Parts: sequence; C-alpha cells; structure tokens
Amino acid sequence: MATMNMLQAINNALDTAMATDDRVVCFGEDVGSFGGVFRATSHLQERYGKARCFNTPLVEQGIVGFANGLAAQGAIPVAEIQFADYIFPAFDQIVSETAKFRYRSGNLFNVGGLTIRAPYGGGISGGLYHSQSPEAYFTHTPGLKVVVPRDPHQAKGLLLAAIRDANPVLFFEPKRLYRASTGEVSEADYQLPLGSADVLKTGDDITLVGWGAQMTMIEAAVEFAEEQGISCEIIDLRTLMPWDVATVVESVVKTGRLVVTHEAPLTGGFAGEIAATIQERCFLYLESPIARVTGLDTPFPLTLEKEYMPDQWKLFEAIKASIEF
Amino acid sequence: MSSTKTPTIVHELALLDGDEYRLPTFALLDPQGMLYPGVESPLLDYDKARRIYRAMLFTRVLDERMMAAQRQGRLSFYLQCTGEEAAVIGATAALDDGDMIMAQYREQGALAYRGFSTDAFMNQLFGNDRDCDKGRQMPIHYGSAELHYMTISSPVATQIPQAAGYAYGQKLANDGHCTITFFGEGAASEGDFHAALNMATVHQVPVIFFCRNNGYAISTPAVEQYAADGVAPRAFGYKMHVIRVDGNDVLAVHEATREARRLAVEQHHPVLIEAMTYRLAAHSSSDDPSGYRSRKEEEAWREKDPIRRMKRWLIDLSWWSEDEESEWLETYRHDVLESMKRAEKRPPPPLETLITDVYDEVTPRLTEQLESLEAHIRRYPENYPRGARALGIDVPDERGEG
Repeated sequence: MATMNMLQAINNALDTAMATDDRVVCFGEDVGSFGGVFRATSHLQERYGKARCFNTPLVEQGIVGFANGLAAQGAIPVAEIQFADYIFPAFDQIVSETAKFRYRSGNLFNVGGLTIRAPYGGGISGGLYHSQSPEAYFTHTPGLKVVVPRDPHQAKGLLLAAIRDANPVLFFEPKRLYRASTGEVSEADYQLPLGSADVLKTGDDITLVGWGAQMTMIEAAVEFAEEQGISCEIIDLRTLMPWDVATVVESVVKTGRLVVTHEAPLTGGFAGEIAATIQERCFLYLESPIARVTGLDTPFPLTLEKEYMPDQWKLFEAIKASIEF
Repeated sequence: MSSTKTPTIVHELALLDGDEYRLPTFALLDPQGMLYPGVESPLLDYDKARRIYRAMLFTRVLDERMMAAQRQGRLSFYLQCTGEEAAVIGATAALDDGDMIMAQYREQGALAYRGFSTDAFMNQLFGNDRDCDKGRQMPIHYGSAELHYMTISSPVATQIPQAAGYAYGQKLANDGHCTITFFGEGAASEGDFHAALNMATVHQVPVIFFCRNNGYAISTPAVEQYAADGVAPRAFGYKMHVIRVDGNDVLAVHEATREARRLAVEQHHPVLIEAMTYRLAAHSSSDDPSGYRSRKEEEAWREKDPIRRMKRWLIDLSWWSEDEESEWLETYRHDVLESMKRAEKRPPPPLETLITDVYDEVTPRLTEQLESLEAHIRRYPENYPRGARALGIDVPDERGEG
C-alpha cells in the first residue's frame, strides 16, 4: 500500500495497464513528455516510448477518430480529452462511431478496447468551460459505458477495469479531487467492477445516491444528518451506464426515501433517469418524493460558483425536507 | 520540438494566393482507351487486368439491376458506383488483399474485387437473417472482416481519422499492411478530413487518403465546395505526398495507388490521391440529378466511361473479347437476379438482434426491455408481423414480404 492522490493513482493505473499489455497506447494533447496538463500521464513516455505515449495535434475530433480506428485494429487506446468541456468537437466520433461500431457491423468489428479519459466538474474556479459535467449526453447513447471514480483507490481499480473492458468506456475524472483526495492505494494490479454500485455506508431512514466528486458533498451532508439522528445509506453509483438499478432499488425499498445529486444542470440530468426508474420500481415503498440536488439550469458560473454548486448544505436541506415530508 | 527548418526572412511584402500549388493530372490511358504516346504497356499483368475488369463489369451490372429493383419497390434504397468503378477498383487492385479498406459508401466495387459474394451483397441489401449487419443498417452498408473491409457508416468523413488510427495500429503491429480510406470531395470539407491528414503526417502512418472527386456532393457542385484547385493541394499544408490522377483511367489509378502503397508501407509516409471522376448516376435512389445538372454534361462524361476505356485497352491486347463480355454480362445478370430472389425470401433477423451487440454482453436492462417488447407483440401481433413471426405467431403477410 502507498498513499496516493487521485492523479497518482490514475498514473499508476496507466503505468500498470501499459506494463501488462503492450497494446495499450496513451495519447492526447500534452500527454507526451510533459505528462498531461494535470500530470496524469507523467513518465509514461519515458517508460514505454514515444510510439505508445504521445502528444497529438490540438484536435479532439481527430483524437477520438484516430482512437476509434486504432481500437478497431486491435490496439487498446487510452485517449485523453484535456477537459470534458472540450469533448464536444469529438461528439460525432463518440456518439455516431464509438457507441455504434459493434452494433452496426453485426459484431464483425468493435472498438471495445477504447477508453476516453476526461477531467470533469466544478469547484476549481474554472468558469463555463473548465467546470462542466457532460455525463448525461453520453448516458443517453447506448453502446458507451460511463464511469466516474470518487477517490484514488476507486480511480485506479475502475480505470484498469475500463481499459480492459470489452466495451468503449468514457472515464470522467473529478478534477476537483485530483490532488485533494488522497488515500491508501495498492500498488498491485487490481480492478473494481464496472456496472456495479458501491454502498459506502448503510442506514435506515434515507438513501443518498451520487458519483465522483459529489460523494464528498454527500459524506459531509450525512455527517450533519446523523448528528440530527437521521440514519443515512450512501451509494456511489460509480458506473452511470449501464447503471446498477438493483442496488438502488434494494436500498430505497428499505429506506423509503431517496436523494440523488449531481453537479450538472437539473433538466435532462442523469438524476432524472434514476428518479423515474426508482419511482417505477419502488412506488409503494416511497415515503416522500424523490429529491434531486443539482446544478441550476444555467451555464456553469464563475464568481458565484459556490452559490451554484449542489453542496453539503443543500443536500442536508433536501434530506431534512424528505424526512419531514 | 521546434520546426526543423529555419524560416527564410524576406523584406519584400508578398501575399500568396495558392496558385503556386496547382497540380497536374496523371493519366496513362486517353479517353478512347489508347495509351498516351510514350507510355509503356502493359502495366498490369493478364490475370490482374482481367480480375479488375470483371469486378468493374459486375459492379455495373449489380448497380443497374439493384437500382431497377429499387424502382420496382423491391428494395428500400440503393446507391450506385457508376462512373467511378476505375477509381475504386483500380485503387483496390493496387493494394495487398490484406490491407484495410475504410470506405465511405460508394465503393461496392472494392468488395466485388475482393470476392464478396453476390449472396452477401443481396443479404445485406435486403436486411435478412444473413445480413452482415444483422438488419441494422440501410442497404449498401456492407462490411467484411474476412475481406478487410470496414463496415460502412452513413456519416461522411468519420472514417478518415479512423483510417489514420487503424494504420497507426498496423505500424505498431509491424504487420506490413496499410489502410486506404475512400471519400468524396464533399466529405473533404468536413473537419474530420483535416484532422486526419494532419495527424497522419505528424505521426507518419501508413495510410492512403483516396478522394473520389466526382463533381457533386448530392446536388452541390465541386465549384461550390471549395475555392482552391481541388482537394489535392491541401496535402502541402500537412507536408503530405500527393498525386492527382484521372479517376476514369484504371491504369493511372492503379499505378498511383501502387506507388502510394509503397511509400506508406515502406516509409510510413501517408499519401493523398485525388481521383478526378464523375458520378454518372444520381447520388442515391432518393435523388434526381435533373434538378441540378444538364443531360449534356452527363453525356460528355459518359463518353469517358471508365469501363469502356479499359475494355478498349484489353481488347487491343487481345486479353478480352466481345464474346467474353456478353457471356460475363449474362452470367452476372443471372447471378444477381437469382440471388435477389433468394435474399428476398429469407426471414428477418431474429428479434433478439434488437438488443445484442450494443455491448459485448446483453445488459439486464436490455433483457427487461426485450421481454417487455415481446409481451407487447404477443398482445398485438398483427401490428408487428415481422416480430410476431419471429416469435412463432402466424400472422398474415404484409406487402413486400414473402
């Protein structure tokens, strides 16, 4: 075991993936000798050479188009999009190509080896274009898997699983936690399962569901709630597509209350999908309306970022409202 | 990494407009099918020349018959290669049969050359239970892993950066192969084209970018597609090897592609080829060119028909005859019609193909959705005759189903 922050854990996962399979190739803007603007790919070029870890020109549609072809050929590309906010020039390649490659070819071809990494989320004074959480655009696209880790241990295990999964994976990294989140991480080669939620804490009165950086907000809110004698169950969804319906249903059947949270705007956000599914499956068990604690239906702000964020106090209010309903 | 060349400094103000980059057209066969003076013959051996020509003939027959079938209402959609057979097949013939082809959608001739069977064409066109795509894509979206022909995707130009990536994988694997990608001059306006060419030279990948400049992107003429001297000069902006070739001259296309392949495979230099040709048919069965171009223009290009040109060359060499031509045309027409009848009668793909291949394994949610759909079809079978029959429920035939 070693103490690592999330960037170190991601770097360690990439190192492990490249060491164990020489088909793994990492590339993106500034990913080469510089090691990425956040240093997630530090030293990989030194260790594995320029052919397997390299800079690309500044062209996201090219990065993902190139990665699609490389994956179809049988290599295992790990493409970095420098910020999730800049993934949109590659939207056509991801949505029309990556996601549909296997299906449209009747399984003659696939890009299952592909992983796209992108830092997402707010809380770093990044304004409109360095703060967004675009996961819902991609959860609406069958054929993709969408994974978001919450801490260094999770990041390493989930990223290794994503790289080795037989399907293309979008791996959104909570950049607010890149250095803020530290913990014990095994230096061994390990994977955590995709498509499986993680129950961090069991409780009886209310279920809280989130992913990525929002887990820190949930944990802080739960501290307040437990002081008030409210017993909370915490679920980290980890994989948003395909998501672990059974674990959330089981929890809500027990607690009768659900709060879902994400940084992305409310309307059309993934919390809406969870709320709809849970009310279908748990209708007669619900004690109160399912609450969503999310960003506003606005672009991401700058100076008033703290006001915008769905933080622990907003979550605590939602918990209280649900309990007192 | 800085530029390897020190810029030359000048003190006279001069703005350049690109006329410095006008490119000539490489041609070996004249429009009548005679070798230009000074060109040595033959450039293709007997077997390969005949293989190419037969693939061109087959493609012409396939296109004629299937467009007619579409007009009869037997087929939902069709798209012809007519007029561009030399460009597509001449290029394919210059490759190793193990090289990857990532085409746009008008390159059925490449598959014909590599031996895709008539039944394989028909099963895809009719979306039946033996369709390579499992009934998921519109007609003409062929694919074959065995023949190294990537399944077609409707969005234009997406295959171009993918070809660069595929070729990078071939370079890493050091397998001696390259990738060719076909696209039109319209697709070359997409960002994916520019992204691909730049990445290909920066990373030195064994890829051939083959632009079929056929004059039209649906109705938009090339003069409204770009202001420059065609597509080819763009290569200079990326420091890429380039050649413009007469796309209706199968010998020139073959020679140009052979040399491009040599540069790609031996030196990892990507190459852009711009083949000047003409889409003699409509864009697709949904298009009517009379609304945007003249009969006179079409007739002028019909005079330059690539098949007629190659035939003249072959007959002059005594490698082909009118009798053989008649025999093969008859054989191909018969094969296509018989195969079409078989394909039309085959059942649709099983219902479960709605949910397979979205992921490598079917997810629990997809299983639930299929079960729910099946229950619905069992309640209203007459509304879903294909699905009902797939579930073994007897329902009356709908029009167009055997």
